[in-house]
Amino acid sequence: MARELYSLTIHELSALLQARTVSAAEALESVISRIEAVDGRVHAYISPTFDVARSQAQAADQRIARGDAGPLTGVPLAIKDILCTEGIRTTCGSRILENFVPPYDATVIGKLKASGAVFTGKTSMDEFAMGSSNETAYFGAVHNPWDLDRVPGGSSGGSAAAVAADECIAALGTDTGGSIRQPASLCGVVGLKPTYGRVSRFGLIAFASSLDQVGPITKDVEDAAMLLSCISGHDPKDSTSIKHEAPDYTRALKKDVKGLRLGIPKEYFIEGLEPQVEKAVREAIDLLKSQGAEIVPVSLPHTEYAVAVYYLIAPAEACSNLARYDGVKYGYRCSQPGNLREMYEQSRSEGFGPEVKRRIMLGTYALSAGYYDAYYKKASQVRTLIRRDFMEAFKTCDLIVTPTAPAPAFKLGEKLSDPLSMYLSDIFTIPTNLAGLPGISLPCGFSEGGLPIGLQIIGNLFAEEQVLHCAYCYEQSTQWHHRKPSLA
Amino acid sequence: MKITIKDVEHVAGLARLRFKDDELEAMTAQLNGILDSFDKLQTVDTTGIEPSTHAVDVNNAFRDDEVRPSLAPTAALANAPEAEQGCFKVPRIIEV
Repeated sequence: MARELYSLTIHELSALLQARTVSAAEALESVISRIEAVDGRVHAYISPTFDVARSQAQAADQRIARGDAGPLTGVPLAIKDILCTEGIRTTCGSRILENFVPPYDATVIGKLKASGAVFTGKTSMDEFAMGSSNETAYFGAVHNPWDLDRVPGGSSGGSAAAVAADECIAALGTDTGGSIRQPASLCGVVGLKPTYGRVSRFGLIAFASSLDQVGPITKDVEDAAMLLSCISGHDPKDSTSIKHEAPDYTRALKKDVKGLRLGIPKEYFIEGLEPQVEKAVREAIDLLKSQGAEIVPVSLPHTEYAVAVYYLIAPAEACSNLARYDGVKYGYRCSQPGNLREMYEQSRSEGFGPEVKRRIMLGTYALSAGYYDAYYKKASQVRTLIRRDFMEAFKTCDLIVTPTAPAPAFKLGEKLSDPLSMYLSDIFTIPTNLAGLPGISLPCGFSEGGLPIGLQIIGNLFAEEQVLHCAYCYEQSTQWHHRKPSLA
Repeated sequence: MKITIKDVEHVAGLARLRFKDDELEAMTAQLNGILDSFDKLQTVDTTGIEPSTHAVDVNNAFRDDEVRPSLAPTAALANAPEAEQGCFKVPRIIEV
């Protein structure tokens, strides 16, 4: 039986489009019919953009006919609703931006448009990317395609669920403390957070500016390499973007790990890691070893402080970034404010949800007079120690291999009333953001209940090619990435 | 208890947020729980350790100071809750 077009990867669909076996319009209609069939159960999209997509697909078909197509021309992609899209509502999952229509495109959106990609819509997310379950989304929770009673992870839960449920060919997410990798892990897909500065943040609605990065969420590793090749590179509009040449990452996809030194940090195999997850990750490591990789025990001694460091630094940066939502220039304004201060306070209190308020409060407290040294400065110093741990480890290994999340997807509502236990979902993904490193999550097995388990591979700064290389080797010797949820 | 309801009210004012009484109590309890769990940071010896503000060391990014296109006023005002005569409109600030 021929596979439905919506179920294809970027590289599979791209080959069919270039050979003119199928048209971009046909591929898009297949994806739209899939969204219409399943999104009532998954709720991955906040704003589908089918009209825009149809004209983009038409333009893509003309490009293909002219012989002017690139690898992403005509490929239907979903975009996390944190990336500004000119003329298309961009909510950041928040009531405060419910009616915000950006007057410009994020740089990554401009790059995808130039490549001829097709946008199926804007995907759901935790409000302002603050969450690990997608439940803080103002527009409603996303359901995990593998078990509709469970969370898809967060904050890029809509993008990860859309990829897993074949509601797009691939998607963009963003990652501040694990928001690409953790939902990719919980939804059984591939998610890559690039090195900080590799991809422009211009037009990415800011959460924590020293940690935020845009990256691909895809059905396999080759697709991640293709999408990353398109979106990475220096941008004069982002002063923190790095002036490195962006390579063609697909060239890194070699099927041989001989001599690659993989560091296994003992601090990631701790109490609280579910035995099923540990078993799957250890089996993945054994497989890579049997293929010739060298396994090196390493230590990242400050790992246990990473969650505390992150939940002081990220809220501190967030409370400053979110000060711009004041009801003046854009966004929600309360009705009939008596004076300016009342307008600020009432608009923000009605516009932000509970988790966003909690983080603004935490950040404001950590930066306030008398507490700055004990909290923000202390956290920033320990961040230096966490960075040093990685630099020390990378003297003896090329890559670090760990679980992505301590457990498979949890039930909707299970952790929502306990912020601290929710924060611990990011325990294995946060350190890479603090150190700016690239990391990928890819499927490495399933729990007894049929829930996906993710393997995380972390590289040194700008070592995306090595990360992709190792991930590709593992993936090509396994079948996990071919499994699809039944959506029953 | 690290912070009292009074502290939370003060911080809310700084952050331009308002909470109802029951929300204040819940916020105080949650912030105390979170901050207590962060106490272990104080046990780390950070004598002489420079704080990191970024993960990747970057220097100032300079560019030439030249005129470039920017948003048209109509586009910049398109999302304003209230606008008048090409300006953002807010409640009266100066008492007369």
